[in-house]
Amino acid sequence: MTQALPAAPAPRTARSAWLLVWAILLALLLTGRAHAQTFPAFTGLVTDAANVLPADRKAALEAKLEALQQQTGRQLVVATIPDLQGYEISDYGYRLGRAWAVGLKGADNGAILIVAPKEHKVRIEVGYGLEPVLTDALSSVIIRDAILPAFKSGDMAGGIDAGADALINQLRLPDDQAKAQVAKAAADFDRQHRRGRAGGGAPLGMIFWLFVVGFIALSGIGRRAGRRYQGGGSNWPIWLWAASEIADGASRRGGGWGGGSSWGDGGGSGGSDGSWGGGGFTGGGGGSFGGGGASGSW
Amino acid sequence: MSPLSRLRLAFVAPIAALALAGCGVNSIPTAEENAKAKWADVQAAYQRRANLIPNLEATVKGAAASEKEILTDVIEARAKATSIQVSANDLNDPAKVQAFQNAQNQLSGSLGRLLANVEAYPDLKSQQNFATFMSQLEGTENRIEISVRDYNEAVQAYNTKVRTFPDSIGAKIFYGAKPMQTFQATAPNADQAPKVSF
Repeated sequence: MTQALPAAPAPRTARSAWLLVWAILLALLLTGRAHAQTFPAFTGLVTDAANVLPADRKAALEAKLEALQQQTGRQLVVATIPDLQGYEISDYGYRLGRAWAVGLKGADNGAILIVAPKEHKVRIEVGYGLEPVLTDALSSVIIRDAILPAFKSGDMAGGIDAGADALINQLRLPDDQAKAQVAKAAADFDRQHRRGRAGGGAPLGMIFWLFVVGFIALSGIGRRAGRRYQGGGSNWPIWLWAASEIADGASRRGGGWGGGSSWGDGGGSGGSDGSWGGGGFTGGGGGSFGGGGASGSW
Repeated sequence: MSPLSRLRLAFVAPIAALALAGCGVNSIPTAEENAKAKWADVQAAYQRRANLIPNLEATVKGAAASEKEILTDVIEARAKATSIQVSANDLNDPAKVQAFQNAQNQLSGSLGRLLANVEAYPDLKSQQNFATFMSQLEGTENRIEISVRDYNEAVQAYNTKVRTFPDSIGAKIFYGAKPMQTFQATAPNADQAPKVSF
Protein backbone atom coordinates (compact mmCIF):
# COMPACT_ATOMS: atom_id res chain seq x y z
CA MET A 1 0.00 0.00 0.00
CA THR A 2 2.57 2.49 1.06
CA GLN A 3 4.81 1.33 -1.77
CA ALA A 4 2.20 1.56 -4.46
CA LEU A 5 1.05 5.07 -3.70
CA PRO A 6 4.07 7.17 -4.58
CA ALA A 7 4.42 5.50 -7.98
CA ALA A 8 1.27 7.01 -9.46
CA PRO A 9 1.64 10.73 -8.57
CA ALA A 10 5.28 10.88 -9.67
CA PRO A 11 4.65 12.25 -13.19
CA ARG A 12 2.20 14.73 -11.79
CA THR A 13 4.69 16.18 -9.27
CA ALA A 14 7.23 16.47 -12.07
CA ARG A 15 4.74 18.37 -14.14
CA SER A 16 3.73 20.66 -11.32
CA ALA A 17 7.37 21.36 -10.61
CA TRP A 18 7.74 22.50 -14.22
CA LEU A 19 4.63 24.58 -13.89
CA LEU A 20 6.07 26.22 -10.83
CA VAL A 21 9.30 27.02 -12.66
CA TRP A 22 7.32 28.52 -15.51
CA ALA A 23 5.21 30.53 -13.13
CA ILE A 24 8.29 31.93 -11.45
CA LEU A 25 9.90 32.78 -14.77
CA LEU A 26 6.73 34.42 -15.97
CA ALA A 27 6.42 36.36 -12.74
CA LEU A 28 10.00 37.59 -13.10
CA LEU A 29 9.31 38.69 -16.65
CA LEU A 30 6.12 40.40 -15.67
CA THR A 31 7.55 42.26 -12.69
CA GLY A 32 10.44 43.37 -14.86
CA ARG A 33 7.99 44.74 -17.35
CA ALA A 34 5.70 46.39 -14.85
CA HIS A 35 8.50 48.68 -13.64
CA ALA A 36 9.83 49.61 -17.03
CA GLN A 37 8.44 52.69 -18.66
CA THR A 38 6.48 51.94 -21.80
CA PHE A 39 6.54 53.94 -24.99
CA PRO A 40 4.32 53.81 -28.04
CA ALA A 41 5.76 51.73 -30.89
CA PHE A 42 7.93 53.71 -33.30
CA THR A 43 5.89 53.19 -36.42
CA GLY A 44 6.94 56.02 -38.66
CA LEU A 45 8.49 59.47 -38.85
CA VAL A 46 5.06 60.68 -37.78
CA THR A 47 3.98 58.44 -34.92
CA ASP A 48 0.56 59.75 -34.08
CA ALA A 49 -0.18 57.59 -31.06
CA ALA A 50 -2.64 60.13 -29.63
CA ASN A 51 -4.58 60.33 -32.90
CA VAL A 52 -4.70 64.09 -33.38
CA LEU A 53 -3.69 64.28 -37.04
CA PRO A 54 -6.04 63.69 -39.98
CA ALA A 55 -4.72 61.05 -42.40
CA ASP A 56 -3.94 63.47 -45.25
CA ARG A 57 -2.05 65.93 -43.02
CA LYS A 58 -0.13 63.03 -41.54
CA ALA A 59 0.91 61.71 -44.95
CA ALA A 60 2.00 65.17 -46.12
CA LEU A 61 4.06 65.70 -42.97
CA GLU A 62 5.62 62.28 -43.27
CA ALA A 63 6.72 63.07 -46.84
CA LYS A 64 8.37 66.28 -45.68
CA LEU A 65 10.25 64.52 -42.89
CA GLU A 66 11.33 61.75 -45.21
CA ALA A 67 12.72 64.28 -47.66
CA LEU A 68 14.65 65.93 -44.83
CA GLN A 69 16.25 62.65 -43.82
CA GLN A 70 17.04 61.82 -47.44
CA GLN A 71 18.69 65.15 -48.13
CA THR A 72 20.47 65.95 -44.89
CA GLY A 73 20.80 62.62 -43.10
CA ARG A 74 19.18 64.21 -40.07
CA GLN A 75 16.14 62.49 -38.61
CA LEU A 76 13.24 64.55 -37.33
CA VAL A 77 10.32 62.65 -35.81
CA VAL A 78 6.90 63.95 -34.84
CA ALA A 79 5.33 62.03 -31.97
CA THR A 80 2.01 62.52 -30.26
CA ILE A 81 1.82 60.77 -26.92
CA PRO A 82 -1.54 59.81 -25.42
CA ASP A 83 -0.25 59.65 -21.83
CA LEU A 84 3.02 60.80 -20.22
CA GLN A 85 2.43 58.34 -17.36
CA GLY A 86 3.04 61.03 -14.77
CA TYR A 87 6.50 61.97 -16.04
CA GLU A 88 7.61 65.50 -16.80
CA ILE A 89 7.71 65.92 -20.56
CA SER A 90 11.43 66.78 -20.43
CA ASP A 91 12.03 63.57 -18.52
CA TYR A 92 9.81 61.52 -20.79
CA GLY A 93 11.29 63.07 -23.93
CA TYR A 94 14.90 62.03 -23.61
CA ARG A 95 13.91 58.53 -22.58
CA LEU A 96 11.65 58.29 -25.61
CA GLY A 97 14.49 59.49 -27.83
CA ARG A 98 16.84 56.89 -26.43
CA ALA A 99 14.22 54.13 -26.59
CA TRP A 100 13.46 54.89 -30.23
CA ALA A 101 17.13 55.61 -30.94
CA VAL A 102 16.20 58.50 -33.20
CA GLY A 103 19.12 59.72 -35.29
CA LEU A 104 22.31 57.92 -36.19
CA LYS A 105 24.58 56.22 -33.70
CA GLY A 106 27.69 58.31 -33.23
CA ALA A 107 26.27 61.39 -34.95
CA ASP A 108 23.25 61.57 -32.64
CA ASN A 109 21.53 63.75 -35.21
CA GLY A 110 17.92 63.12 -34.30
CA ALA A 111 15.22 65.40 -32.96
CA ILE A 112 11.66 64.76 -31.86
CA LEU A 113 8.70 67.10 -31.72
CA ILE A 114 6.68 65.61 -28.86
CA VAL A 115 3.09 66.61 -28.29
CA ALA A 116 1.11 65.39 -25.29
CA PRO A 117 -2.46 66.59 -25.90
CA LYS A 118 -3.80 65.17 -22.65
CA GLU A 119 -1.29 67.01 -20.48
CA HIS A 120 -1.23 70.08 -22.76
CA LYS A 121 2.53 69.86 -23.06
CA VAL A 122 4.81 70.16 -26.04
CA ARG A 123 8.55 69.62 -26.30
CA ILE A 124 11.31 69.70 -28.85
CA GLU A 125 13.80 67.03 -27.84
CA VAL A 126 17.20 67.47 -29.47
CA GLY A 127 19.87 64.78 -29.86
CA TYR A 128 23.43 65.45 -28.69
CA GLY A 129 24.70 66.07 -32.21
CA LEU A 130 22.05 68.64 -33.10
CA GLU A 131 22.39 70.73 -29.94
CA PRO A 132 24.57 73.35 -31.66
CA VAL A 133 22.10 73.67 -34.55
CA LEU A 134 18.86 73.46 -32.65
CA THR A 135 19.74 75.32 -29.48
CA ASP A 136 17.54 75.45 -26.41
CA ALA A 137 16.81 79.12 -27.05
CA LEU A 138 15.80 78.53 -30.66
CA SER A 139 13.65 75.55 -29.68
CA SER A 140 11.82 77.65 -27.14
CA VAL A 141 11.27 80.40 -29.72
CA ILE A 142 9.82 77.87 -32.18
CA ILE A 143 7.50 76.53 -29.49
CA ARG A 144 6.44 79.97 -28.37
CA ASP A 145 5.98 81.58 -31.77
CA ALA A 146 5.02 78.81 -34.16
CA ILE A 147 3.40 76.06 -32.12
CA LEU A 148 1.65 77.46 -29.06
CA PRO A 149 -0.56 80.08 -30.79
CA ALA A 150 -2.16 77.37 -32.93
CA PHE A 151 -2.49 74.95 -30.01
CA LYS A 152 -4.12 77.64 -27.91
CA SER A 153 -6.75 78.16 -30.57
CA GLY A 154 -7.37 74.41 -30.70
CA ASP A 155 -5.67 73.74 -34.04
CA MET A 156 -3.47 70.75 -33.21
CA ALA A 157 -2.60 69.79 -36.77
CA GLY A 158 -1.79 73.40 -37.69
CA GLY A 159 0.53 73.83 -34.71
CA ILE A 160 2.35 70.59 -35.41
CA ASP A 161 2.74 71.54 -39.07
CA ALA A 162 4.06 75.00 -38.26
CA GLY A 163 6.49 73.61 -35.69
CA ALA A 164 7.73 70.88 -38.02
CA ASP A 165 8.23 73.40 -40.83
CA ALA A 166 10.29 75.69 -38.60
CA LEU A 167 12.38 72.75 -37.43
CA ILE A 168 12.89 71.48 -40.97
CA ASN A 169 14.03 74.93 -42.09
CA GLN A 170 16.59 75.06 -39.34
CA LEU A 171 17.78 71.49 -39.90
CA ARG A 172 18.27 72.17 -43.60
CA LEU A 173 20.90 74.81 -42.90
CA PRO A 174 24.28 73.66 -44.12
CA ASP A 175 26.77 72.60 -41.50
CA ASP A 176 29.88 71.25 -43.16
CA GLN A 177 31.50 69.83 -40.11
CA ALA A 178 28.40 67.95 -39.12
CA LYS A 179 27.89 66.76 -42.67
CA ALA A 180 31.08 64.72 -42.81
CA GLN A 181 30.25 63.08 -39.52
CA VAL A 182 26.73 62.26 -40.64
CA ALA A 183 27.97 60.77 -43.90
CA LYS A 184 30.25 58.43 -42.00
CA ALA A 185 27.54 57.44 -39.52
CA ALA A 186 25.08 56.86 -42.38
CA ALA A 187 27.57 54.60 -44.14
CA ASP A 188 28.00 52.61 -40.92
CA PHE A 189 24.25 52.33 -40.56
CA ASP A 190 23.79 51.15 -44.13
CA ARG A 191 26.53 48.57 -43.83
CA GLN A 192 25.20 47.16 -40.60
CA HIS A 193 21.64 47.29 -41.76
CA ARG A 194 22.47 45.28 -44.83
CA ARG A 195 24.36 42.70 -42.84
CA GLY A 196 21.30 42.21 -40.69
CA ARG A 197 20.77 42.94 -37.07
CA ALA A 198 21.82 39.44 -35.94
CA GLY A 199 25.37 40.80 -36.25
CA GLY A 200 27.79 38.15 -37.52
CA GLY A 201 29.68 38.34 -34.25
CA ALA A 202 30.04 34.75 -33.19
CA PRO A 203 31.88 33.40 -36.24
CA LEU A 204 34.65 35.99 -35.98
CA GLY A 205 35.16 35.24 -32.31
CA MET A 206 35.22 31.55 -33.06
CA ILE A 207 37.72 31.99 -35.86
CA PHE A 208 39.91 33.92 -33.48
CA TRP A 209 39.93 31.14 -30.89
CA LEU A 210 40.42 28.43 -33.49
CA PHE A 211 43.43 30.40 -34.61
CA VAL A 212 44.84 30.45 -31.08
CA VAL A 213 44.23 26.75 -30.52
CA GLY A 214 45.65 25.86 -33.91
CA PHE A 215 48.72 27.98 -33.38
CA ILE A 216 49.64 26.40 -30.08
CA ALA A 217 48.97 22.91 -31.34
CA LEU A 218 51.04 23.53 -34.45
CA SER A 219 53.92 25.01 -32.53
CA GLY A 220 53.96 21.76 -30.53
CA ILE A 221 54.26 19.70 -33.68
CA GLY A 222 56.88 22.01 -35.06
CA ARG A 223 58.94 21.67 -31.94
CA ARG A 224 58.75 17.90 -32.04
CA ALA A 225 60.14 18.00 -35.55
CA GLY A 226 62.79 20.62 -34.95
CA ARG A 227 63.80 20.33 -31.30
CA ARG A 228 65.90 23.42 -31.50
CA TYR A 229 64.89 25.44 -28.49
CA GLN A 230 66.10 23.14 -25.80
CA GLY A 231 66.47 25.55 -22.92
CA GLY A 232 63.28 27.57 -22.73
CA GLY A 233 59.98 26.26 -21.46
CA SER A 234 56.91 26.86 -23.51
CA ASN A 235 56.24 30.23 -25.07
CA TRP A 236 52.47 30.01 -24.97
CA PRO A 237 52.01 32.75 -22.36
CA ILE A 238 53.45 35.19 -24.88
CA TRP A 239 50.97 34.10 -27.49
CA LEU A 240 48.18 34.32 -25.02
CA TRP A 241 49.25 37.83 -24.09
CA ALA A 242 49.46 38.85 -27.73
CA ALA A 243 46.03 37.38 -28.34
CA SER A 244 44.56 39.28 -25.44
CA GLU A 245 46.13 42.49 -26.71
CA ILE A 246 44.57 41.92 -30.11
CA ALA A 247 41.21 41.14 -28.56
CA ASP A 248 41.51 44.23 -26.38
CA GLY A 249 42.29 46.42 -29.34
CA ALA A 250 39.33 45.06 -31.23
CA SER A 251 36.90 45.71 -28.43
CA ARG A 252 38.34 49.15 -27.76
CA ARG A 253 37.65 50.16 -31.30
CA GLY A 254 34.03 49.64 -30.41
CA GLY A 255 33.85 47.02 -33.10
CA GLY A 256 30.81 45.12 -34.16
CA TRP A 257 31.99 41.74 -33.05
CA GLY A 258 31.99 40.30 -29.59
CA GLY A 259 30.39 43.35 -28.06
CA GLY A 260 27.29 42.91 -30.12
CA SER A 261 27.03 46.63 -29.75
CA SER A 262 26.00 47.45 -33.25
CA TRP A 263 22.65 48.65 -34.25
CA GLY A 264 20.69 46.07 -32.34
CA ASP A 265 21.50 47.78 -29.09
CA GLY A 266 20.13 51.06 -30.27
CA GLY A 267 16.80 49.43 -29.80
CA GLY A 268 15.25 51.36 -32.64
CA SER A 269 12.18 49.57 -33.74
CA GLY A 270 11.63 47.92 -37.05
CA GLY A 271 11.62 49.86 -40.23
CA SER A 272 11.92 48.56 -43.73
CA ASP A 273 15.11 47.55 -45.42
CA GLY A 274 16.95 50.29 -47.13
CA SER A 275 19.57 52.88 -46.50
CA TRP A 276 19.50 55.94 -44.28
CA GLY A 277 19.37 58.39 -47.15
CA GLY A 278 17.32 56.25 -49.51
CA GLY A 279 13.84 57.31 -48.49
CA GLY A 280 11.30 55.19 -46.68
CA PHE A 281 11.06 54.60 -42.98
CA THR A 282 14.29 53.24 -41.56
CA GLY A 283 13.45 53.18 -37.88
CA GLY A 284 15.92 54.74 -35.46
CA GLY A 285 19.64 54.60 -36.15
CA GLY A 286 20.98 54.42 -32.59
CA GLY A 287 21.12 58.13 -31.79
CA SER A 288 21.19 59.32 -28.21
CA PHE A 289 19.74 62.23 -26.26
CA GLY A 290 20.92 64.21 -23.28
CA GLY A 291 18.24 66.76 -22.53
CA GLY A 292 18.73 69.35 -25.25
CA GLY A 293 15.70 71.28 -26.46
CA ALA A 294 12.86 73.12 -24.81
CA SER A 295 9.36 72.52 -23.50
CA GLY A 296 6.16 74.51 -23.45
CA SER A 297 2.61 74.15 -22.33
CA TRP A 298 -0.72 75.62 -23.35
CA MET B 1 56.82 18.44 -22.92
CA SER B 2 55.07 15.68 -24.75
CA PRO B 3 52.92 16.55 -27.76
CA LEU B 4 49.88 15.27 -25.91
CA SER B 5 50.28 17.65 -22.98
CA ARG B 6 51.00 20.46 -25.42
CA LEU B 7 47.77 19.68 -27.20
CA ARG B 8 46.01 19.70 -23.87
CA LEU B 9 47.59 23.06 -23.14
CA ALA B 10 46.29 24.34 -26.46
CA PHE B 11 42.78 23.71 -25.27
CA VAL B 12 43.36 24.85 -21.73
CA ALA B 13 44.77 28.22 -22.81
CA PRO B 14 41.59 29.64 -24.30
CA ILE B 15 39.56 28.27 -21.44
CA ALA B 16 41.90 29.91 -18.96
CA ALA B 17 41.60 33.15 -20.89
CA LEU B 18 37.83 32.90 -20.83
CA ALA B 19 37.88 32.14 -17.13
CA LEU B 20 40.03 35.20 -16.54
CA ALA B 21 37.64 37.28 -18.59
CA GLY B 22 34.85 35.86 -16.46
CA CYS B 23 36.56 37.26 -13.38
CA GLY B 24 36.16 40.76 -14.67
CA VAL B 25 39.65 41.30 -16.06
CA ASN B 26 38.08 43.14 -18.97
CA SER B 27 34.64 44.06 -17.72
CA ILE B 28 35.80 45.97 -14.64
CA PRO B 29 37.98 48.49 -16.48
CA THR B 30 35.21 48.84 -19.08
CA ALA B 31 32.63 49.68 -16.43
CA GLU B 32 35.08 52.00 -14.70
CA GLU B 33 35.88 53.91 -17.88
CA ASN B 34 32.19 54.19 -18.63
CA ALA B 35 31.48 55.71 -15.23
CA LYS B 36 34.39 58.14 -15.63
CA ALA B 37 33.12 59.23 -19.02
CA LYS B 38 29.70 59.85 -17.53
CA TRP B 39 31.34 61.91 -14.80
CA ALA B 40 32.90 64.08 -17.47
CA ASP B 41 29.38 64.69 -18.80
CA VAL B 42 28.21 65.72 -15.33
CA GLN B 43 31.02 68.24 -15.03
CA ALA B 44 30.38 69.54 -18.53
CA ALA B 45 26.73 70.12 -17.72
CA TYR B 46 27.62 72.05 -14.55
CA GLN B 47 30.21 74.03 -16.46
CA ARG B 48 27.55 74.92 -18.99
CA ARG B 49 25.47 76.40 -16.21
CA ALA B 50 28.43 78.36 -14.85
CA ASN B 51 29.02 79.77 -18.33
CA LEU B 52 25.44 80.99 -18.54
CA ILE B 53 25.57 83.07 -15.38
CA PRO B 54 27.49 86.07 -16.83
CA ASN B 55 24.60 86.55 -19.30
CA LEU B 56 22.19 86.64 -16.40
CA GLU B 57 24.40 89.11 -14.59
CA ALA B 58 24.27 91.55 -17.48
CA THR B 59 20.50 91.30 -17.83
CA VAL B 60 19.63 91.53 -14.16
CA LYS B 61 22.06 94.34 -13.35
CA GLY B 62 20.29 96.68 -15.72
CA ALA B 63 16.70 95.81 -15.01
CA ALA B 64 16.64 94.90 -11.33
CA ALA B 65 19.31 96.91 -9.60
CA SER B 66 17.79 96.36 -6.17
CA GLU B 67 18.55 92.64 -6.33
CA LYS B 68 22.24 93.38 -6.18
CA GLU B 69 22.78 91.48 -2.95
CA ILE B 70 21.39 88.21 -4.24
CA LEU B 71 23.23 88.70 -7.49
CA THR B 72 26.49 88.98 -5.56
CA ASP B 73 25.57 85.75 -3.78
CA VAL B 74 25.12 84.03 -7.10
CA ILE B 75 28.42 85.31 -8.45
CA GLU B 76 30.27 84.18 -5.35
CA ALA B 77 28.62 80.77 -5.38
CA ARG B 78 29.54 80.44 -9.03
CA ALA B 79 33.17 81.27 -8.35
CA LYS B 80 33.27 78.71 -5.58
CA ALA B 81 31.53 76.03 -7.62
CA THR B 82 33.84 76.43 -10.61
CA SER B 83 36.92 76.28 -8.39
CA ILE B 84 36.05 72.80 -7.13
CA GLN B 85 36.66 70.09 -9.67
CA VAL B 86 36.73 66.38 -9.05
CA SER B 87 39.04 64.44 -11.33
CA ALA B 88 37.88 61.05 -12.53
CA ASN B 89 40.45 59.34 -10.29
CA ASP B 90 38.97 60.87 -7.14
CA LEU B 91 35.52 59.45 -7.69
CA ASN B 92 35.93 56.89 -4.93
CA ASP B 93 36.74 59.63 -2.41
CA PRO B 94 33.47 60.51 -0.64
CA ALA B 95 34.81 63.82 0.77
CA LYS B 96 35.78 65.24 -2.62
CA VAL B 97 32.54 64.26 -4.30
CA GLN B 98 30.64 65.69 -1.35
CA ALA B 99 32.49 69.01 -1.60
CA PHE B 100 31.69 69.31 -5.29
CA GLN B 101 28.09 68.46 -4.61
CA ASN B 102 27.78 71.05 -1.84
CA ALA B 103 29.29 73.82 -3.94
CA GLN B 104 26.99 73.10 -6.86
CA ASN B 105 23.93 72.81 -4.64
CA GLN B 106 24.75 76.15 -3.07
CA LEU B 107 24.87 77.73 -6.51
CA SER B 108 21.53 76.05 -7.34
CA GLY B 109 20.08 77.55 -4.18
CA SER B 110 21.17 81.14 -4.69
CA LEU B 111 20.36 81.00 -8.39
CA GLY B 112 16.87 79.76 -7.58
CA ARG B 113 16.41 82.55 -5.04
CA LEU B 114 17.50 85.19 -7.53
CA LEU B 115 15.18 83.91 -10.23
CA ALA B 116 12.27 83.79 -7.83
CA ASN B 117 12.85 87.44 -6.88
CA VAL B 118 13.38 88.53 -10.44
CA GLU B 119 10.00 87.11 -11.42
CA ALA B 120 8.53 90.14 -9.66
CA TYR B 121 9.91 92.56 -12.28
CA PRO B 122 7.42 92.65 -15.14
CA ASP B 123 9.68 94.59 -17.51
CA LEU B 124 12.41 92.01 -17.02
CA LYS B 125 10.08 89.11 -17.59
CA SER B 126 8.88 90.58 -20.83
CA GLN B 127 12.41 91.07 -22.16
CA GLN B 128 13.26 88.82 -25.03
CA ASN B 129 16.78 88.04 -23.85
CA PHE B 130 15.58 87.19 -20.37
CA ALA B 131 13.12 84.67 -21.84
CA THR B 132 15.95 83.26 -23.92
CA PHE B 133 18.14 83.02 -20.87
CA MET B 134 15.43 81.20 -18.96
CA SER B 135 15.04 78.62 -21.73
CA GLN B 136 18.78 78.08 -21.77
CA LEU B 137 18.90 77.70 -18.02
CA GLU B 138 15.99 75.29 -18.10
CA GLY B 139 17.73 73.18 -20.75
CA THR B 140 20.94 73.22 -18.74
CA GLU B 141 19.28 72.12 -15.53
CA ASN B 142 17.64 69.37 -17.54
CA ARG B 143 21.01 68.27 -18.87
CA ILE B 144 22.48 68.29 -15.37
CA GLU B 145 19.69 66.07 -14.13
CA ILE B 146 20.10 63.59 -16.99
CA SER B 147 23.88 63.47 -16.81
CA VAL B 148 23.74 62.89 -13.05
CA ARG B 149 21.24 60.10 -13.57
CA ASP B 150 23.40 58.51 -16.27
CA TYR B 151 26.46 58.80 -14.05
CA ASN B 152 24.71 57.20 -11.11
CA GLU B 153 23.55 54.34 -13.30
CA ALA B 154 27.08 53.79 -14.56
CA VAL B 155 28.45 53.88 -11.01
CA GLN B 156 25.82 51.46 -9.85
CA ALA B 157 26.73 49.05 -12.64
CA TYR B 158 30.42 49.38 -11.75
CA ASN B 159 29.86 48.96 -8.01
CA THR B 160 27.67 45.93 -8.58
CA LYS B 161 30.39 44.38 -10.70
CA VAL B 162 33.07 45.07 -8.14
CA ARG B 163 31.05 43.59 -5.33
CA THR B 164 29.43 40.53 -6.88
CA PHE B 165 30.84 37.14 -7.78
CA PRO B 166 32.66 36.33 -10.07
CA ASP B 167 33.86 39.79 -11.07
CA SER B 168 34.73 40.59 -7.45
CA ILE B 169 37.64 38.12 -7.70
CA GLY B 170 39.23 40.07 -10.50
CA ALA B 171 38.38 43.36 -8.82
CA LYS B 172 40.26 42.37 -5.67
CA ILE B 173 43.19 40.49 -7.17
CA PHE B 174 44.05 42.56 -10.22
CA TYR B 175 42.77 46.05 -9.59
CA GLY B 176 42.11 46.49 -5.88
CA ALA B 177 39.03 48.26 -7.12
CA LYS B 178 37.10 50.44 -4.70
CA PRO B 179 33.44 51.32 -5.16
CA MET B 180 32.77 54.78 -6.63
CA GLN B 181 30.57 57.44 -5.11
CA THR B 182 27.16 58.16 -6.52
CA PHE B 183 26.05 61.75 -6.88
CA GLN B 184 23.03 62.91 -4.90
CA ALA B 185 20.08 64.34 -6.77
CA THR B 186 20.49 68.08 -7.11
CA ALA B 187 16.90 69.18 -6.75
CA PRO B 188 14.87 68.42 -3.66
CA ASN B 189 12.38 65.59 -4.28
CA ALA B 190 14.22 64.59 -7.43
CA ASP B 191 14.69 61.14 -5.98
CA GLN B 192 10.98 60.56 -5.70
CA ALA B 193 9.15 58.60 -8.34
CA PRO B 194 6.85 60.64 -10.52
CA LYS B 195 3.24 60.81 -9.52
CA VAL B 196 1.06 58.63 -11.66
CA SER B 197 -2.45 59.94 -12.06
CA PHE B 198 -5.14 57.75 -13.55
